[in-house]
Parts: sequence; C-alpha cells; structure tokens
Amino acid sequence: MSDTASAADPARPTPTLLQLFIAFASTAVVGFGGVLPWTYRMLVEKRRWLTATEFNELFSLAQFLPGPNTVNLSVVFGARLRGAVGAVVALVGLLGPPVTVILIVAVLYVQYGHVAALHRVLLGISAAAAGLMIATSMKMAQPLLWPLRPHVLVALAGFIAVGLLRWPLPWVLLALAPVSVALAWWWESR
Amino acid sequence: MSGQSTLVTLALRFAVLSLFAVGGANAAIPEMHRLAVDLMGWMSDQQFSETYALAQLAPGPNVIVVTLIGYQAAGLAGAAVATLAMVGPTCLLAYGFGRIWDRFKGARWRIAIQNGMVPLSLGLFAAGAYTITRAADHTPIAFLLTATAAGVAFATRLNPLWVFLVAGAVGLAGWV
Repeated sequence: MSDTASAADPARPTPTLLQLFIAFASTAVVGFGGVLPWTYRMLVEKRRWLTATEFNELFSLAQFLPGPNTVNLSVVFGARLRGAVGAVVALVGLLGPPVTVILIVAVLYVQYGHVAALHRVLLGISAAAAGLMIATSMKMAQPLLWPLRPHVLVALAGFIAVGLLRWPLPWVLLALAPVSVALAWWWESR
Repeated sequence: MSGQSTLVTLALRFAVLSLFAVGGANAAIPEMHRLAVDLMGWMSDQQFSETYALAQLAPGPNVIVVTLIGYQAAGLAGAAVATLAMVGPTCLLAYGFGRIWDRFKGARWRIAIQNGMVPLSLGLFAAGAYTITRAADHTPIAFLLTATAAGVAFATRLNPLWVFLVAGAVGLAGWV
C-alpha cells in the first residue's frame, strides 16, 4: 500500500484535525532530548496511522529536506491527511506547547540571571549536553566506519570546515554537498 | 544596534539557516554560535552553552533553541521572528516535496541525494558537539562530565533527564 492511500484506507479512518493536533502536541510535551522516537511511537505503535515502512519512507523525506526533521515530518504527514490546514495544525501542535514552555524558561533565565547557583547547575548540565551530542555523533558514525566507507572523508571535511575552522555553513554546504552526492552516486553504481 | 535591525538580522539569518540545516537543528549549532556569539555579540560563550542546555532540558524538538536565542537577542518579538524564520522556508519545501516524493521512490538521484546527506549530517552534528564542548567545558571536571555523559548515552538507553539531573547536582555542588 502506498503512503498516499493510507488516508483512504477504510480500515484506518482519517484522523480529525483535533486528533492530529492532540497527537503531535502530546508527543512534543513528552519528547525530551529530541521528539523523533516519540513521534514514531505515536504514529506507528499507538495510533497506528502509519505502518513502520510508511513511517520510514516519510522520515526519509524529512531527512532529505533541510531544517528540523520532526518539523518537516509533521508538515508532510499533516498535509497528506488534511491538506494545507492539516499541515499547519500538525506543525502548531508540535511547536506550540514546547515554544510556550521555552518562552517561560527564557523569561525566568533572564530574570534570575544574577543567581549564581543557577549558573553552577547549568554549567554541569551543559557539559552533559555536550556529551550527549558526542554520543549521537558516535552512533551516526558507526555505519560509515564499519565497514569503512569513503563517505567518512566528507563527514571529516564538514567537521573541520564548520567545527574547527568555523567557516560559514551555507558556503561549506554548497561546496561539499555536490561532492557528497556524487560520491554516493558512484558508490552505489560501482 | 536598533531593535528593528536585530529583527531583520534574525529573520534573514535563520531563514537561510533553515535551508542549510542538513541533519536538523543540532547540525546548525556551529552556525548559530557563530552568529549569536562571534558576529552579533548577542551572548557570551557561556550563555550560549547555557542556552543550548536549557533547550535540551525543555521538552520538544531541538529547534526550540532558536526561540531562546531569538528571545535573548530581541525579546518576545525576536523569539517569534527567529522561530518562524527557522521553520517557515523548510516547511514550505516539505509541503511541496511531500506531494511528489513517492513518485521518485527508487529513483537513482533520490537515493544518491539521500545517501549523500548522511555524511554531511554527521560532519555537521560532530561540529555542533565540538562547538558546545568548547563553549561549556573549561575545567577538568567539566570534561570528565562530558566524557561520562557521552559514554553513558552511547552505551545505554538511559533517559537523558537522569544524566542532566546528576550533572546539574555536580554543578550545583560547585565542582565544575
């Protein structure tokens, strides 16, 4: 079954706009450290709006596009079910509650910026947050390292240019993306 | 700089970033740091790493770090402008591509682009990790915390909130 047909499948009634909003909003408020695993749980396991294969296909598009992956996913999924209105509703569901929470955090952070204990706590947490990011990078690197693929060189070049040399991201990507895609093309057709 | 021109800067920079954030918001962290700390001076290195930490503590997609940066640059208007600029362009792309994506299933160019994005995401994500580590870690204990958190997160499926709880306590004790 194709992704587009899933909405028309009589066994799976199309969710209403309210259901769409609640689904994404409830995912967003429990999703600490990234919402993607929660989105999968909600769409595939809990609500059964998508099969695992359909989800993977949808996620491949979200990854293909630039920008926040889950945001892209919510827009594409919402649009498929309920058109442009569905896209907006899913997006607002996903971003509304977290943005409200983070704004409250922002106001408190600026208000209590003089409290030394706050900065001590955040010093510890930001060190840990850096560690979590390193762990994610390691997990992403694994499939390119064993077995070793030439694609690692692209990753390395990106890391050096953007991380170490601090070159502007758009220029680095404009130069590196064609190389990376050509390499992927050649690798597949060897 | 006047508030008006800060808003314009936020809108333009994040709209561009929206289209170049291959691999998601965390991959754009180095560019956000370059903008907020190096170019515009909206915040210090320490404030940037604290901002990132706060965004990680809060629930929701990683992109909300942009809301927090916008707020510190230009208040509520800045938060709104930065958030809309960061999600707007990519959402329009997603809406457009969503309609035609399935048609190109199995197309060679699609597979090549998809596979080509993987190492780019990795490189940018690792650059983001390096940026935050440099901004956050200034003592041996801080580096130790980073290394421990990395090890725990890599080897186990522990909820990151537990890691943050322990790290926050270590920080509060004044050891970092």
